[in-house]
Order: sequence, then C-alpha cells, then structure tokens
Amino acid sequence: MPDPVLSITGLKAHYGDFQALYGIDLSLMQGEVLAIIGANGAGKTTLLRSISGMMHNGPGQITYRNQDIGGMRADQVAKTGIALVPEGRQLFPSLSVEENLIIGGQIGRKGSWNLGSVYKLFPILKERRALPSTSLSGGQQQMAAIGRALMANPELILFDEISLGLAPIIIKDIYDALPGIIGKGMSAVIVEQDISKALSVSASVYCLQEGRVSLKGASDTVSREDISRAYFGIE
Amino acid sequence: MEWLNALVQGTLLGGLYALFAAGLSLIFGVMRLVNIAHGDLIVLAAYLGLSVTTTLGLHPLLALLMVMPAMAAIGYAVQRGVLNQTLGDDLLPPLLVTFGLSVIIQNGLLEVYTADPQKLNAGALETASVAVGGLSLGLLPLLTFGIAVAVIWGLQWTFYHTALGRAFRAVSDNQDIAQLMGLIRHHIFGLAMALALAVTALAGILLGVRTSFDPSIGGGRLIFGFEAVIIGGLGNLWGTLAGGVILGVAQTLGAKIDPGWQVLSGHIAFLLILAVRPNGLFPRISA
Repeated sequence: MPDPVLSITGLKAHYGDFQALYGIDLSLMQGEVLAIIGANGAGKTTLLRSISGMMHNGPGQITYRNQDIGGMRADQVAKTGIALVPEGRQLFPSLSVEENLIIGGQIGRKGSWNLGSVYKLFPILKERRALPSTSLSGGQQQMAAIGRALMANPELILFDEISLGLAPIIIKDIYDALPGIIGKGMSAVIVEQDISKALSVSASVYCLQEGRVSLKGASDTVSREDISRAYFGIE
Repeated sequence: MEWLNALVQGTLLGGLYALFAAGLSLIFGVMRLVNIAHGDLIVLAAYLGLSVTTTLGLHPLLALLMVMPAMAAIGYAVQRGVLNQTLGDDLLPPLLVTFGLSVIIQNGLLEVYTADPQKLNAGALETASVAVGGLSLGLLPLLTFGIAVAVIWGLQWTFYHTALGRAFRAVSDNQDIAQLMGLIRHHIFGLAMALALAVTALAGILLGVRTSFDPSIGGGRLIFGFEAVIIGGLGNLWGTLAGGVILGVAQTLGAKIDPGWQVLSGHIAFLLILAVRPNGLFPRISA
C-alpha cells in the first residue's frame, strides 16, 4: 500500500485555554476524497485551520508528502500545494471578482487551472469578472471562492462548509461541479453539515465529536445508525 | 483680488499638507496603524536632505534621489523590526510604540543636529514666481502642488492597477485569508511602510525648502497630516488631497483676516467638518 498524501497523528489544538482537538488521527491517499462530518463545535473547522497553517501545531502532528507542515505558516503550507476554501467564502471585498481569482494564483504553482479554465467551469464568474466580489450572490461567491483556491493549482483542496447558507438548488449546482474539480487527481477534504451530500461525493468519511474521531469508514457502507450514534454520542 | 490670492495660495499650500497626509493615509489604509511618529519622520527626511545637500553640495531636489530610498529602507526595517510585533486586535500597542519612536527620533535629531533651526537651500527656486492673471504664484508652491497631485495619482494607480496594490488591498481586507494565498503579511506591511516613507521623504524635502525646521516641529506636521486625512475621509487618497487643500485654504483665509489666526482657523475648519461629517467628506473605509 502506498504512503498517504496527508497523515495526521495525535493532533491537538487549543484556542487559549480551550482545547478543541484531542488527538485526531487521520490519513488521506492520493486522489482520495474524504468527508468530515460532525455537529457544531466538534472541531471540523479547527482541523482544517490546522492543516492549512492558520493555526500552529506541534511537530510531527501533520505530515504532507513527507514534510512536517504542523508548524508552518499559512503561506508556506499554501506553497506545498494545499488550498483552502474557507467557511463563509471570505472573498476580498475590495477586490473585483477577477482580482480575487488572480490573487489565488499569485502563489505561482504550475498546473491546468488558470483564469480561462475557472471561467469555463463557472461561466457566470466570467460575466461578472469586473464587478466587486461583494456584488455576487451567495452561490456565485462560493464559486469564486472555489475558483480562487483552484487558481493555486493545489494537489490537496480543503472545503469548509461549502453548502452553508446557500439555497438547495445552488448547493446541487456546486456539488454537481465537484467531480470536474476533484477528478483531476486532486485529493480533497470536505467538511460538511449536509451528511447525504458529504457521503455522495466522498470515498471515506470521518465523524468528529467533541474534538475526537468518533467514527471512520467507507462512505458507501457506513450505516445511518452508526452515523447518528457517532454524531450525537448516543450509546 | 487679495482674497482670490489667498484662496489660490491656500490651495497650493494644501498640496504640501496632502503630502504630509498621504503616507499616514496609506499606512492606516493597509494595516490600520496610526503612526504618531509620522511628523518626526517628515522632519528626519528634511535633516537627511540637509546632510546630503551640505556634504555633497547637491540641490535639495536632487538629494531626493538618495533620501527617498533611504527613507524607504528605514520604513521597511522599522516595520519588520518593530511595528509588525505591535499589530493585532488591540490598537493601543502600535500607538504607544510609535509615540516612543517619535520621542527617539526627536532626541536623536537634537543630539546629531542640535536645536538650531535649519533650512534647505534651493537657490533661485525659492523665490521664483510666475504671473497668472494678476496673481503671482511661487514656483515652489506650484511644484509642490504638482508633485502632490502626481503622488496621489501614482499611489491610487499602484493601489488599483498593480499586483502590489492588489496585495495591499487583500491584506487590508483579511490578513488571514491573504496569508493563505501565499501573501506574507509582515513583508507586505514592510513594503507599505517603505512606500509611505518614500512619500514622506518628498514631503520632508519640500517642507525644508519652504520653511526652516528644527527637531521639535514634527508634532505640528503630524496634526496637519491627520487633519487632512480625517477631512478627506479615511482610506480615500483623492479625499486626502481635498482635505489638504481645505486645510490650506482655511489657514490662508484665516491668516488674511488676522495673521495670528492661521493655524487656529485650520483647526476650526477641521472641527466643523468633523462635527458635520464625522467620517470625513469622502470616506471609503468605515472606521
């Protein structure tokens, strides 16, 4: 069996005195799509913040392509080929739609993603490219945020709650576009509250509960009962 | 005609105030840093100009070729070495540290250059003037105003049409997400301070050619710069130019009524505008 692209061992994370993660173990193979589910406050976003370098972690806790990235700054992690689509989109309001995409590509990694291919994936962004990013609807902002992450030509892309606050029809559009994004050999971690969506696009699933992994399994075989138990912690 | 003259002279004076203010506006816009030492940095630039002109015998405007890069380098070093460590959610530490810098610069200048008033000698440029429709306009104030317009235009262009400007805006919007895009905020902040102090070098040299200066006058220049920024509205560079002009006009009109009212009438105009439009005339950033 080949080595995993990303392996996390005993990851602990703190916000001041508050401990958010209590020893998470996780591994992700090349080209794999992994879903992380869990209730609010389970530590899902903290996990993504730790991987992306927005939070610093102890040595040896996060390894990406045999590199210890736990203590790296976010810009250094980005250069290794990890991109994050942050919760709530978080586009730059002073920048136009196109500038938001350009700044995503500024890191200078080579690959198939550029303005042309992002506009082909989301044609609406091309129409609106000169407008301020604040003028986009929620769904369009999410497309821009995904496009911005793709512009860095990542090998691992992290999605944080991409369906949050969006209409069901928009969520469907975005999830329909996902295979076209991830299909190109990219690995992905999808944090999602919408469990059926999360299971439909992923190969394996982890459930977090109060900072610990309460369930892990293959997305197509895991039972709803197991998920409810792991999600709510009911024995 | 005398009033018209005062109006025009005030407008030209406003160019100098806009140059005082442009650096402040830029730094606040990019990193929400209020730089109390800004006035003293203007004076420092004037003294660096003095050293260059006296030791090399250069014209003050030529001395800019050395003073601007020197101030930019000082800006980058101070930002990376000191000010970056103070930035965070709390606004107080950077205020206190730049206040401390202000004290250090003033005393350093006293130590090196003494308290004697100095002046940069620009030769014929200081007194040359052109006659326009019955008004006599000094070449130096005209040049200062022209430089101010060019600097504001240049900064505006940099902000909205270059990769550096895009990085400034992105970091200003959201530091954490900008870092995710590979932008190193401490470096970007250093570049912003370097650019701001390059502009400050211009302001300092033009100030030193226009009037005499000594190490203690930084505070007053800081106030004029602040007033121009606030009148114009935070984060809007053209507004900063307008603010400088309004301040300059208020001062010269006040001086026309009574020479003792010059500085006071500028402050009064500032307070009036602050009372009516607390965000300034053309705000871009909600404070």
